[in-house]
Amino acid sequence: MLARDAETSLSKTPLHALHLARGGKMVPFAGYDMPVQYAAGVLKEHLHTRANAGLFDVSHMGQIALTPKSGKIEDAALALEKLVPQDILAVAPGRQRYAQFTNAAGGLLDDLMVANFGDHLFLVVNAACKTEDEAHLRKHLSDVCTIDVLADRALIALQGPKAATVFAKLCAEAPTMKFMDAGPHQVDGIACFVSRSGYTGEDGFEISIPAAQAEALVTKLLDDADVMPIGLGARDSLRLEAGLCLYGHDIDTSTSPVEAALEWSVQKSRRTGGARAGGFPGADVILSQFEKGAARRRVGLRPEGRAPVREGAALFADATSTKQIGTVTSGGFGPSLNAPIAMGYLPTAQAADGATVFAEVRGQRLPLRVSPMPFVPHSYKR
Amino acid sequence: MTVLYTSDHEWLRIEGDTATIGITDYAQSQLGDVVFVELPKIGRQLKKAEAAAVVESVKAASDVYAPITGEVLAVNDALAAEPALVNSDANDKAWFFKLKISDKNELGGLMDEAAYKAHTA
Repeated sequence: MLARDAETSLSKTPLHALHLARGGKMVPFAGYDMPVQYAAGVLKEHLHTRANAGLFDVSHMGQIALTPKSGKIEDAALALEKLVPQDILAVAPGRQRYAQFTNAAGGLLDDLMVANFGDHLFLVVNAACKTEDEAHLRKHLSDVCTIDVLADRALIALQGPKAATVFAKLCAEAPTMKFMDAGPHQVDGIACFVSRSGYTGEDGFEISIPAAQAEALVTKLLDDADVMPIGLGARDSLRLEAGLCLYGHDIDTSTSPVEAALEWSVQKSRRTGGARAGGFPGADVILSQFEKGAARRRVGLRPEGRAPVREGAALFADATSTKQIGTVTSGGFGPSLNAPIAMGYLPTAQAADGATVFAEVRGQRLPLRVSPMPFVPHSYKR
Repeated sequence: MTVLYTSDHEWLRIEGDTATIGITDYAQSQLGDVVFVELPKIGRQLKKAEAAAVVESVKAASDVYAPITGEVLAVNDALAAEPALVNSDANDKAWFFKLKISDKNELGGLMDEAAYKAHTA
């Protein structure tokens, strides 16, 4: 009875039946019943995505439209800049940018994608944060923007070196798009929102589809011999190899963009001396860290042995010290590297590439080398 | 030679005073692709139900418990070089470790093949 109750309380994406029909091993994730893997397994799904193309259901994520009441997109952009440290005004029509919602302490409430669709902004936020994000937007932006949660749309990602060839068969404009281009496009006659982006480090697309047409379109994509459905397990190992943060693990309300090594995502116009410096929650903390540095930093870690070092493992300066200096925030095995990889936080003084630190795993101290990220080079189509 | 099973999905091949221990094919199918196996040190005295080995997939780490009390006589070094053996041949080549059986009475609490099949059905 308990198991059944738990099952019925989970939400289902518009592709749920397709996952079951294709042998998805379903697990609860952010309130949704989601496939962690299919019959092929995490390893094969991961390697297939890096060699061919993988199809991911990410419909659990939140899709939100911000429409300026004035009709001027600049007004929506400037309003959103009150909540994020990014330059949203500079996001041209048809372009997309990575952003974060900050809090008063300079921590991160969520990370998101912001696209300029000409007459409105299109946001994609994390599943686990989407209710709070919506409330946050309504509280601070309702005077300037109409906020619409697009709950009746599926969201999929098609990722990998063959994604562009496969997708071009259904979307004529796809080959003309570059990394982080985004906009409404017809896909096999369906009105979709398409961006050339993803969460694997590979070239690829994210496609927002009206829920009623999602299964038919995904079935068509999966009919292509180069495309395999990919579960959340490989999604995690792919993004870890790509050095990309997972909200709630590598970044959260206690980590600032500077600590999280996301300085690249904060444009100069929002930093001290910029045209629109500050003006977002926690700006005093974050801008001060830009000038003086932060006490700790997110780094890549390569265990020297074969044992994976998982999330939560304590980090030490040497093999015997009792003083913990950091924590692993994501860790596992990188199938493309055939080696364990991790990321975590270290004191900035000990975070230089090449430094050796030790993780405590099952009572043993295992050496790890601080390593540049991404672990696997990005192959974005710029 | 007798093969016995635990409810934690380990198998024991009993030959005289020695038990060879591995995880079942059902267990490996649940774990998925095995990428790392940590084995106990030879000579270690294991108590029944004590964590003895660790098997890791891409996604997670799982403990393998000592199904009975005994001293570790040998470990399967082939698993260090080729953890995927656990997926391809769980019931034979991917044995984990051998124990010197301390108390044969402990074997009475284990399942035979028919009981284990019913357990995983």
